[in-house]
Amino acid sequence: MERFTVHTGTAVPLRRSNVDTDQIIPAEYLKRVTRTGFEDGLFAAWRKDPGFVLNRPEYSGASILVAGTDFGTGSSREHAVWALHDHGFRAVVSPRFGDIFRGNAGKSGLLTACVEQEVVERLWATVEAEPTTPVTVDLVARRVSAGGVAAPFEVDDYARWRLLEGLDDIGLTLRHVDQIELFEATRPSQLPRTVPVDG
Amino acid sequence: MGRTLAEKVWDAHVVHRAGGEPDLLYVDLHLVHEVTSPQAFEGLRLAGRRVRRPDLTLATEDHNVPTIGIDLPIADPVSRTQVETLRRNCEEFGLVLHRMGEAEQGIVHIIGPQLGLTQPGMTVVCGDSHTSTHGAFGALAFGVGTSEVEHVLATQTLPMRPFRTMAVTVDGQLRPGVTAKDVVLAMIATIGTGGGQGYVIEYRGEAIRALSMEARMTICNMSIEAGARAGMVAPDETTFAYLKDRSHAPHGSDWDVALEAWRALGTDDDAVFDAEVVLRAEQIEPFVTWGTNPGQGLPLSASVPDPASFSDEGARNAAERALEYMGLTPGTPLRDIAVDTVFLGSCTNGRIEDLRAAAEVIRGRRVADGVRMLVVPGSMQVRAQAEYEGLDELFLEAGAEWRSAGCSMCLGMNPDQLAPGERSASTSNRNFEGRQGRGGRTHLVSPLVAAATAVTGRLSAPADLPQRVGV
Ligand code: SF4
Repeated sequence: MERFTVHTGTAVPLRRSNVDTDQIIPAEYLKRVTRTGFEDGLFAAWRKDPGFVLNRPEYSGASILVAGTDFGTGSSREHAVWALHDHGFRAVVSPRFGDIFRGNAGKSGLLTACVEQEVVERLWATVEAEPTTPVTVDLVARRVSAGGVAAPFEVDDYARWRLLEGLDDIGLTLRHVDQIELFEATRPSQLPRTVPVDG
Repeated sequence: MGRTLAEKVWDAHVVHRAGGEPDLLYVDLHLVHEVTSPQAFEGLRLAGRRVRRPDLTLATEDHNVPTIGIDLPIADPVSRTQVETLRRNCEEFGLVLHRMGEAEQGIVHIIGPQLGLTQPGMTVVCGDSHTSTHGAFGALAFGVGTSEVEHVLATQTLPMRPFRTMAVTVDGQLRPGVTAKDVVLAMIATIGTGGGQGYVIEYRGEAIRALSMEARMTICNMSIEAGARAGMVAPDETTFAYLKDRSHAPHGSDWDVALEAWRALGTDDDAVFDAEVVLRAEQIEPFVTWGTNPGQGLPLSASVPDPASFSDEGARNAAERALEYMGLTPGTPLRDIAVDTVFLGSCTNGRIEDLRAAAEVIRGRRVADGVRMLVVPGSMQVRAQAEYEGLDELFLEAGAEWRSAGCSMCLGMNPDQLAPGERSASTSNRNFEGRQGRGGRTHLVSPLVAAATAVTGRLSAPADLPQRVGV
């Protein structure tokens, strides 16, 4: 996983709240079996509208998404994170995120930064007034800044540590394989197994 | 201090705990389907890892399954690739797989309980948000993303941060014609689609205790639509009776050992929840959604709301957008809304009791002209049971379509979809824009409302139907 420390790029203002993962990437894109190449599915329904913010040339190449509250609710599809990532986003800024989405994001190196609604409003105003404004998301200092806006953001400590270190989850867990074995040795024997039962 | 049901299950599964880190939780049952697993298996292969516990892992084909011609190769090449990839992966990693059309195949959240694999006190995960369904047994069951699927495959554990706990108590008795689906839709409308965020909900109270296991599953299933990660009901005699003699349930002396453990799981009297919500059962009416998230719902007797009536600006804007998408005018009685399609099925309402309830309404009546009704059993076993009871004939005689098991129109990954602008009354769990097909408009309803709506062609409850002639 790529490390995330400080990232500077331009930002897209997405003036919508409750953007569920069905909107981020519709179900039809979930049929793929690969792990990359999902950028064409990102906001697919909305992108049919030439006026949709992501279609506007002034926001092409942006790497930070500034969205309304409750971003990434709904379906657990991790493809939503991959689509954002494959499109080139490194961070999403919003007042609140769907739980599963936030968990998924951290695993793919996409930062989800929680800020006050008022900060989102000011970021929107800033990048709408001047789309080329550089926006900096500083994970070390937990701060987001752009033009005259500078504000702290919240991020789970553990997710932050892993992003900073670029650490893979499974590798972390396998450091405790002895404890897993110990736990397995004491599990009650009547617990079910999925292998077919006879008779 | 006493502990809640959720806390007891959690504590019993901690493999490793260290300050500042999430707890490492052991997973008792890992369910796998074709949509969220291919990249997880790809990850294992890339890292040269194996599945740690194939004997605690079960795979099924559901999301892409065509519900007509289930015995034929899938026509859509992409759907076929996903299903074939799952088959190859299960073979390579030695996993049990229920293939489409086989006797035990079905929607992942229907077959776990049906096989007796979902039991009280277990931890159950699946790469699917509606894994919350299994909480009806007093299991801690939650959906995970594909990376976590890979993590569980490789380690049989998951690093998790503790949830907060919320009690949703439904006091009193439900009125006739009011179902579990109405309860959960009313609950979501009360606390909002974000109201359960960060919580595990425990459903309690007289009305919940009176529900069957299948009805409890319907409620726990939709916990995620309130933002909660999981929903649970403490196991009781209803739970034990459901499990007894299922193929994977404990047998003989194991059963007694298990029973004793299960009885100790309930929330202690002195346990404290982080949040509490109380609903009065008598006040709940048949409930339908009018908008594009499951919290935008009202009693069937109400009218389409005026966005201007919402004091919160976000809610007002959301309502405006929703009404535009749904093609609805404020003030229209919900009962006047005409539908093109009725979908009975999904992991929310695709079990045998749901089919029975709908069949009883349809019996001796006809699906209205111009309305298509799709009946999609949640599993092949539900389908077989329904056919044994003759329910298929009741539906077919009424003019409905009788299908094989799968997710079907719940999310429109298979050919069962709404056309743009088409409107459905659907027993599924999500009315998001385009969920049932691009441009499709979804009203979430109970199986009873679905069946009555099929008969009248407008959102209706069974009580609205004229008496049957000659039956
Ligand atoms: S029936 Fe619908 S909600 Fe349930 S698992 Fe299938 S797609 Fe998901």
